[in-house]
This record gives sequence, C-alpha cells and structure tokens, in this order.
Amino acid sequence: MSFLELSGLRKSYGPVGARVAAVDGVDLAVASGGRTAIVGPSGCGKTTLLRLIAGFERPDAGSIELDGTRLAGPDAFVPAYRRPIGLVAQDGALFPHLSIAANIGFGIARDAPDRQARIAELVRLVGLDEAFLQRRPHQLSGGQQQRVALARALARKPRLMLLDEPFSALDTGLRASMRKAVAGVLEAAGVTTILVTHDQAEALSFADQVAVMRAGSLIQAGTPRDLYLRPRNRMVAEFLGEAIILPARIEDGRAHCLLGVVPVDSTVRHEAAEILLRPEQIGLEAGAAAPAGGVDVVVTDSEFSGPTCTLSVRVANGAGEAGALVLRRAAAGAPEVGTSARLTVSGSAHLLD
Amino acid sequence: MQASADSTLIAASASSRQSAAPLRLSWIGLAAVLVTLLALIPLGFILWVTVQTGWETAAALIFRPRVGELLVNTLLLEVLAVPACAALSVALAWLTERSDLPGARLWAWLCVAPLAVPAFIHSYAWVTIVPGLNGLGAGVLVSVLAYFPFLYLPVSAALRRLDPALEDAAAALGHGPWSVFFRVVLPQLRLALCGGALLVGLHLLAEYGLFVFVRFDTFTTAIVDQFQSTFNGPAANMLAGVLIACCFALLALEMLARGDERYARVGSGAARRLVPASLGRATWPCLLLFALVTLLSLGVPFYTIARWLWAGGLQVWRLDEISAALGHTTVLALGGALLATLAAIPMAWLSIRAPGRLQRVLEGCNYMVGALPGVVVALALVTLTVRYLLPLYQTLATILVAYMLMFLPRAIISLRASIAQAPVELEQAAMNLGRKPLDALWSTTIRLSAPGAAAGMALVALGILNELTATQMLAPNGTRTLALAFWAYSGEIDYAAAAPYALIMVAASLPLTWLLYVQSKKMAGQ
Repeated sequence: MSFLELSGLRKSYGPVGARVAAVDGVDLAVASGGRTAIVGPSGCGKTTLLRLIAGFERPDAGSIELDGTRLAGPDAFVPAYRRPIGLVAQDGALFPHLSIAANIGFGIARDAPDRQARIAELVRLVGLDEAFLQRRPHQLSGGQQQRVALARALARKPRLMLLDEPFSALDTGLRASMRKAVAGVLEAAGVTTILVTHDQAEALSFADQVAVMRAGSLIQAGTPRDLYLRPRNRMVAEFLGEAIILPARIEDGRAHCLLGVVPVDSTVRHEAAEILLRPEQIGLEAGAAAPAGGVDVVVTDSEFSGPTCTLSVRVANGAGEAGALVLRRAAAGAPEVGTSARLTVSGSAHLLD
Repeated sequence: MQASADSTLIAASASSRQSAAPLRLSWIGLAAVLVTLLALIPLGFILWVTVQTGWETAAALIFRPRVGELLVNTLLLEVLAVPACAALSVALAWLTERSDLPGARLWAWLCVAPLAVPAFIHSYAWVTIVPGLNGLGAGVLVSVLAYFPFLYLPVSAALRRLDPALEDAAAALGHGPWSVFFRVVLPQLRLALCGGALLVGLHLLAEYGLFVFVRFDTFTTAIVDQFQSTFNGPAANMLAGVLIACCFALLALEMLARGDERYARVGSGAARRLVPASLGRATWPCLLLFALVTLLSLGVPFYTIARWLWAGGLQVWRLDEISAALGHTTVLALGGALLATLAAIPMAWLSIRAPGRLQRVLEGCNYMVGALPGVVVALALVTLTVRYLLPLYQTLATILVAYMLMFLPRAIISLRASIAQAPVELEQAAMNLGRKPLDALWSTTIRLSAPGAAAGMALVALGILNELTATQMLAPNGTRTLALAFWAYSGEIDYAAAAPYALIMVAASLPLTWLLYVQSKKMAGQ
C-alpha cells in the first residue's frame, strides 16, 4: 500500500487549439517515509507535477491520493492550504517583510500556547542558532535561508514534504552538505519527501526512489542503482551519467560488439541491439602490464583537465571491425598519444530498449 | 535596504573614479547645488517673511477661527479621500492584475485614463450634471475620481512584480486565500500604497480649481482668494506657511508609515509567472464595479463636454481665441519642460553616478520642494519679484522658473531611471577614446537617456498644460492658456464656451497618459 499515489495525472496549458501538455499521464507510487526524486531536464513538467501535488494547480485528468484520502480527482479537489503537504521552494520564498521567527511561525496558529517554544525548537532542528530568529531574511545567506524555509515548512508537521530544486541556488560546495543535512532532518521527522531536480547526481544520492521525467511523462522509476545500471533506454542512460552505448549482436547471453565479446544481462537473441557500458567498467592498460583478453586500441588524442583526462582511442577488434571511442580516465598514468594499449571490460553490459 | 546597499557599492566605485575625473564631478555637483538653491527659494522666502512679519502679527494671522476651519476641512478631506482612493485602487488593481477578469487590459487602461482629465474639468462636469453638488462630500467624491489613478498605477505595478512563490508558500502553510491576501500580499504593497497615498495627499493640498467648483474651502483656495483681494499681504503668506506645514506633516507621515522594511525579492532566480485567480460567480459584480468607476470617472466628464459642445454648436469654436490659447500653452509647456529637464540633468546624474552625502542632502531638498503646492511657489515668486526684481514680475522668465521649480521632481525621476540604465562603462570608453569628461558624458549617457528625458519632458508638459494657480498669478499680462481660458469662461458660467478648451486639454493629455501607462508596464518588466 503506497502512501502517495498519482494515477493518470494530466495538465495542459495554453489557449485552446495550441495546448501543450506539461504533465501527460503520470502514474507514480511513493512509499510511506520514503524519499523520491523526480529528475528531468528543464521544461519536462516536473515543477508542474509538484504544483499539482501541492494543490496550486487542478489536474485536467487523473487523481492524487494521499494515505487513502483523495486530494484531487474528477469529483474532488482539496485546495493547497487544506493539504497536509509542506513545500520548500527553489530560493526559499521567505516573506521579506517578516522576521525569521515570524516566517517560521507563519503556519502555527497565532494563539498556540507553545508557539515560541516550537519556533525555537524548529530553528535548532535545522541547525541554526536562536539568535537568527530576530533577523530578516535578507540578512541570511542562501543556505541559511533554505534552512529557515525547511523549518517553516516543518512547522505544520506535514505528512508529505515537497522540495522544488531547493539546492540549485546554492554554491556547489554547500549543496552537498545542505542535501545531507536536509535529508537527515526529514528522516528524523519521518516525513515522506519528494524532491524535484534537474541534477542527476543530486537525485541519485538523495533518494531511495528516482523517477526520470521527460516531456510530461515518467520514463522510468526505480532505485537509484537500478536506474543507473539498468536504464530502460538511451535517454535515461545518458541523463543519469556518462554512457558508452555500442551497437551489438546478442547471442547466448553474450554481446558481440566493438569491444569484443561481453556478457550481457539478457538471454534473448537479438541481431541489432544497443548495449550500455558505464565508463568505470572499462579498463585501459598500456605496455607490458597489458592483460590477456580485451581489444587493442591506439590513443589518438588526449585532453588534460586536471585530475582526469579525456582520451580518444581507435579500436580494432579481432572480428575486423574498427571504430573510435572517447574515454575519461584518471590523468595520472594515462597512456600518451600515439601509444597502444589494451582495453578490457569488467562486469556485464546492459541491453537497452 | 537594497537601495542603500547598491548605492554604497556605486559610491565605492565612484570614489575610485574620482581621482580620474575630479573636474567633471565638481562641475556637475556645482550645477546641482545651484539648481537646489534655486528650488529652495520659495520655501526660504515664506519662512523669511514669517520671521519678518514678527511673532505677534504672525500668531494673530495663524491662530484664528478661519485657519482652524481650513485645517479641519483639509484634515477631513485627506482622511476621507486618501483611504477611499487606496481601497478602490487596491481592489481595481488586484482585479486587473491577478484575476481572470474579462478584458483586464482594457479595464487597466481605463483605470489610468481619468488622469487625462484635469481635476477641475472633473469638477466642472459634476457641477453641471448635479448643480447642487457642493461641500465636503462633493470634494471627496470628485477627488477620488480624479486622483485614484495615482494610487492605481504603483499598486498595480507592485502587484505584477510580487513573487507568486511567497503566496504559494503561505498557502502551503495552511492559509486560505483571504488570509494570504491580508498577511502576505497587502504588506508587500506597503511601499506602493505609501508612495501613491502621499502623491494623492499632496495633490489634494495643492488642488485649486476642483474645490472652487464644488465650493469647498481649502488652504489653496483661501490663499488664492486672499491674494486676489489683498495681493501678497502677510495674511496670504501666513496661510502659505500653514500649508507648507501640512505638506511636511504628510511627508513625515509617509516616512513613518513606509518604515525601513525590505520588500524586494529574497534570493535569486526568475520569478514564476502568475496564475490568475478565478473569479467564478463574482465576475459580473466585478465587471459592474469597473463599469461604474469608468462611468463616473470618464463617462461624466466626456458626456458633459459633449453635451455643452452640442448645445454650444459651432459658435463656441472661436478659432482665433482657441489658436491663441493653444499657442500660449505650447510655448509655456515646451519652455517649462525644456528648462525643468535641463535643470534635472545634474541632480539625476549625481544620484546615479556619484551618490554620497551631498547627493542625499540635495535630493532631500528637491523632494521637499517638489511637495510644495504651486500656489506657494507662485506666491513666493510674486513677492520676491515685486519687492526686489520688479522688472521680472509677470514675465515669461518668472513663470518658466515657477514651472521648473514645481515640476523638477517629475523630470528628475524619469531622467534618473534612464541614466541608471546607461552603463558607466560607455562613458569611460568615450573618455578612453579621447573625449573630455563633459563631452564623454554628453555623447554617451545623455544620448542614451534621451527616451527618459523625453518622457520626463512629456510629464512636465502635461503638468503645465493643466496648471491653473501659478499661471494665474505669475503669467505675463494678456497670457491666456487653455486652462486660463477654460477657467475664465466657466467662471462666467459660460459652460458651453469653456467646453472646447476642456476637450482640447483632455485630447492633449490622453497620449501623455498612455505614455504613463506604458511606462508603468515597462517598470514591471512587461
């Protein structure tokens, strides 16, 4: 039994005749207490999906159920302010005319007896000092503003928390630590969370379920590991990380491709398929240390960029096929241009649709 | 505040440039100081006359029942008309900017259009339709109809700029639509409301023609009466002194109400588009409200003008008189606009390129002087020229200087906005290419700010076109502008003969009002 259930959700914008579907038939189930990331390129409809869940938009079709209660559907619509759902927006959306204390207390009834105590507790919960309470939003840094926004959203004890790219406005260094802190706070509070982001690394590290969205539809949903190693198609594969995609012939659980014969996670016979290898599966050894097996390559170009370098290699395999590959390697010990090396594949390839 | 943070930044970069171009800064600073000193003349003069009159005479002239009566009138007018304007403007602005009201763009324009009708023509229209209309009620009604666009413009611009993420955040925190409006939307309109309310309040203090028609006495009408009966006696000057005190009280009140809060968007990134609220069954009542406001603020004046023109037939179009009035008005409007814009250049440049203590003091002075009613400026210039510079009394030069003093803030504001958009790098590049500082300034920044200067000139010209009090008191003998001709005819209850002048003034103001409307859209980035 899932906690949040979206079925057949649809939402279009624009004038009649030129309507564009921003969300085009989305089905998604989120388990209680889980962290789900919805990831996709900008304009894929992920923010609209979030706004539908929050209740800022009314779906054209489909339904949203939270813990058995119907929030939106053909015959029901609960407006945003009556949904037990919190939201942290891209840049925090703190009220500029209110102090931090008033911002955090915005969702707490003004006559609640423990109001001050709860505000103080919340600000500590997100790792800020109580001295911040008297300040104004513009006196805080971006990361601090996001923490306040999180505290403000937690004040109402929401059952579901929506995070709309809350880390994208932060510096790269701060982003990872904020992600960890937010995940920790939400985990401790036991709140089911949905994160919307265009950053695949963020999605993979934050969530226990990742859903890849494109052009209004969810292409694939699953655990981060599953999605990374066994993406359904080329788009998902390339979106989630560097991918080496090769044409191959599949026979007896083996793929015959440019890099020789590689084990594959499918036993179906296939004459013209595409297989996926992640760069970390490919080994490249030059000179005497070259192991047996694999294929011979010649390095044709090398582009140095600090810790890594990008190598272009020309491959010629035993079957008489030839081609070129681009690989990123650790810069230390990478073969020079013009030298030959031996390329090996570890693990098995994944068959793409 | 963001503005002050920005200005310290600019100041820092300006001071680093000072060594490169000390000459330019001092010339322009000197010009700005001269303009400001000139602007301070009326204020200083009234104060000086008060001191010269002596405490006992002054007290006798100030603490008398007549002044108390005027004070009560003024207070009631402000207390009733300004909040009414504010409430009406917020409702209309929210409906045009944030709801799915049918024809919202058209209604928005119709909410600005009443500005094209000078206040005294509003009043003229109402008096001829409802002849018994007079007193406080009439004054408030016509004031609200004539001046609410001054509040509608900034409030609607502020509503367009509001970040919808804040309203979403409030809704996600469990606040219903009404609670969100009063706790999040309205507080953010505070600056726009304060600025607009100040503008309306100052106009109410300065307005003359409107209140004469509905026989409601304010300080301005009393000063003009006094001036017409006893010329520039101490009584008129003392009344002007009380009027100045009222203006400063309004300025102080606005500063208090404005506070020092920050209302700018916190954080980065572009704001999301606004989702219009659905009116549902309330659509028809809302449309009715707009129809009513349009009917009262535009329908009444246009109907009256049309009716009198119809009744007057062809013979009210005395073309020789009308063309003479057009000629006089054009000369005064263009001359005044040019002078005000030229005088505004140093101040506007200073406030963008070299902000600092001098600039703040000068700007504060100009701001205060800009708040003074035309009647005070005129009275001061009359007294000054009659006592010390008689050859200048009732000359073109004096009336143009009066216009410049009255409308300088309009010119500065327009110019400043466009100078701010001309990058300082261009000025530096021009100097780098061998132009002398002033030449570089002229060939880059001044050129680039031409649209802003033109807009400022248009606004000044609009002000002069509809100016009555100062023109009446200061213009050379025989001057007959459109406004003066209208005033003379309507004073003789020859409403039909006044109608062509009213029509021309409205027709000339409409394009300028359109410009205002477009500018406010641009300021909101649309």
